[in-house]
Amino acid sequence: MREADYRAPEIGVDNAAHAARLMQLWKTAPGLKGFLSTVDHKQIGIRYIVTAFAFLTLGGIESLVMRLQLAGPNGTLLTPEQYNDLFSTHGMTMIFLYASPILSGFANYLWPLLLGSRDMAFPRLNALSYWIYLASGIFLYAGFLTGNGPNDGWFNYVPYAERTYNPGLNQDFYALGMVFLGISTTLGAANFIVTALRTRAPGMSLDRVPIMIWGTLTASVANLLVVPAVSLAFFLLWLDRQYGTHFFDAAQGGQPLLWQHLFWIFGHPWVYAIVLPAMGMVSDGLPVFCRRPLVGYAAVAISTVATMVLGFGVWVHHMFAAGLPTVGLSFFSGISIVITVPSAVAVFAWLATIWHGRPVITTAFLFFSSMIMLFVIGGVSGFMTASVPVDWQLTDTYFIVAHLHYVLIGINVFPVIGATYFWFPKMTGKFLDESLGRWNFWTMFIGFNLAFLPMHITGLLGMPRRVYTYSSGMGWDTLNLVTSVGSFVLAIGVLLFVVNVVKSLRSGAVASANPWDASSLEWSVPSPPPPYNFAVIPTVASRHPLWEDRLNESSARSSVAHGMLLDAGKETIGTSALHATPDMILEMPEDTSAPFILAFGTALLFVGLLLRLALLAGLGGAVVGLALLVWLWPREELREREPARG
Amino acid sequence: MAEMMQFPERLPVGPIRRHGLGTWGVGALIASEAALFTWLFFSYYYTGATAGPGWVLESSPPLQLALPNTIVLVLSSIVAWLGERGILERKHALALFGFAGAFVLGTIFFVVQLFEWRAKPYGPGDSSFASLYFVTTGFHMAHVAVGLLILAALFGWTLLDYFSPRRNLSVSAGVLYWHFVDVIWLFVFATYYVSPHLGFGT
Repeated sequence: MREADYRAPEIGVDNAAHAARLMQLWKTAPGLKGFLSTVDHKQIGIRYIVTAFAFLTLGGIESLVMRLQLAGPNGTLLTPEQYNDLFSTHGMTMIFLYASPILSGFANYLWPLLLGSRDMAFPRLNALSYWIYLASGIFLYAGFLTGNGPNDGWFNYVPYAERTYNPGLNQDFYALGMVFLGISTTLGAANFIVTALRTRAPGMSLDRVPIMIWGTLTASVANLLVVPAVSLAFFLLWLDRQYGTHFFDAAQGGQPLLWQHLFWIFGHPWVYAIVLPAMGMVSDGLPVFCRRPLVGYAAVAISTVATMVLGFGVWVHHMFAAGLPTVGLSFFSGISIVITVPSAVAVFAWLATIWHGRPVITTAFLFFSSMIMLFVIGGVSGFMTASVPVDWQLTDTYFIVAHLHYVLIGINVFPVIGATYFWFPKMTGKFLDESLGRWNFWTMFIGFNLAFLPMHITGLLGMPRRVYTYSSGMGWDTLNLVTSVGSFVLAIGVLLFVVNVVKSLRSGAVASANPWDASSLEWSVPSPPPPYNFAVIPTVASRHPLWEDRLNESSARSSVAHGMLLDAGKETIGTSALHATPDMILEMPEDTSAPFILAFGTALLFVGLLLRLALLAGLGGAVVGLALLVWLWPREELREREPARG
Repeated sequence: MAEMMQFPERLPVGPIRRHGLGTWGVGALIASEAALFTWLFFSYYYTGATAGPGWVLESSPPLQLALPNTIVLVLSSIVAWLGERGILERKHALALFGFAGAFVLGTIFFVVQLFEWRAKPYGPGDSSFASLYFVTTGFHMAHVAVGLLILAALFGWTLLDYFSPRRNLSVSAGVLYWHFVDVIWLFVFATYYVSPHLGFGT
């Protein structure tokens, strides 16, 4: 019997029968079938995190090999070709396969919990994003392992990447792999945007969401618009190489600078996409350990968005040395300088939060607060190169390498490790070990600065990037040795983190629902949360639902125990974009293997394109088409169609 | 609790008409695809603006096929819209006519465009202009092909009597995508068929 098209949601409190019903509706089947077909955002999030850490480890090992080669002058460990493969693969791995997916992982895991919902807006799409990320990562690494890794730097300038100069399959693996990965990023971005705008708990108006939501939402809007630029660039490169087109080939009227434009139109907003969500982690995590709300919520939220808006207008600062007209350089230099203002707003907000708070020094606090310092160092060195003459002096030297590692490790890796210490108890029900955590932090912090602070000087002394070795007597020997030692200390620090995770999973102290006494909704559910997250849909009355009694900002109170039950099916609530007033009951999809099959078909398609096997590509395309048809087939249980008649 | 929460009395269960997450999803897809074409047009205008004179290979590209074909595609959008009206007004025949008609007009566009390609005096490997022409129109053709599959699916689902004036998000989403494919063509047409007549790149 079909239920009505409209109904009033049942209101009540959690009880055993209700919880059992929800468990039945939401739990993932055990075994391989469940593994391949789950759409639970928590499982997908953890997969993202684990996979991204695996890539971080690979990229880290690559960097250690390079640091061995560069530890002294005239190194012979690596040939120039091997060095090219390694530094390019290192960049590809860290930037594309670690830095963004790790944040997607945390966002996937946390968003519905932060927002008071039961899953992402498009759970099946979420599973698809992960499978495509995994498949494209394997695709890219298949190139590296068969000696066909990227070998032209992660930003892959033409004409060197063209077939004339680079005849192997290296660039084809990289080009197609990046188009492949771009599908995952774009789908994920769309999912985050709709999730943030349509599935927040009733009452959680847009000015009440955690800053991490602002960070990832902003990054997702950017990704949705700029990932197509880089996918297009790589696709055109592949056509140039395989089908004789002339997009980037100057001899036939092509424009080599078009590559740089398309790449950096993507690349610079992307830099913010891989730091803004991590800055959001700090904005949400740090105040918990300062025992007070973040200072300047509105200013931080607005500056997050402002950073991205300005971030669309800075890409040419990567091209200052390319010989562009002066007027253009001035404009982009100006924007690149102005963009430091919103970043500074965040920095001062964090400092004020610590200053006005009563800091509790935990490992998570150490990672979050040290990020502020690393961010300032990386930000100031970036600010320096926003000035055209300074950039002309420093571009392509180790100064830039130092800058970008302060940004990427400082504003991505440090917050991510801090976030793991912070949310690990929620994800697993166990604490990470605090005393091992101190060792973990200090080893990483000292190692990182030992490796990268001297590198600024190496760059100022003129050592160019991307060289496989150098001769002695240039004044670079000691600095390089120090950097190499530092990089190994940093690696030991990361190893301690892995040890801590493994050890704590086995024997960590048991964590309660809200072990840090934090203020946001994810801490109102058990650790780890049940498959359905919230037994009743929370109703939100402020930015800090769990701190209302002590902050006492108004008489309104959020409700996490009493609310909509929504257990007639796999349901959650849809709310309006600005004010989060409930406006529909969402029917959520069951677990399905369609995303896995679709990703598999896409992988066949890309392998077919790579090897130019039309049959294989066609087969992959057919699998994709069929999986999409099954996926999009209107379903009665999702109320996408009328019930069968007669 | 200091204040009792106000809970809604009556909420739609699942998508009603275009009110549902699917519409937002298709909106995001269209935004991303529109960005993709924006970067393609950027590539064209940037390469053209930095190239020497005579970059555009035909200073006045012939419009005998392209202009009527443009009209065919715009018509198909209108017919698809009629199909959507048919669903909303419970006129089954109109809906079937709309999706079938749009499919036929879209197919005509597709075939005529193949002839248009064959009639070009240059191939994709002849110059950067030629590469851009074939790849941009090729991207659009790929979108037409996807749109045709969607129209075919809508036709089939309508035949199975899946939709009603209340439950039809698949229809509005599919038709919206088809409108998008047609609007993109107008930009392609303006860029590759009209702008050389106005002097760009010639």
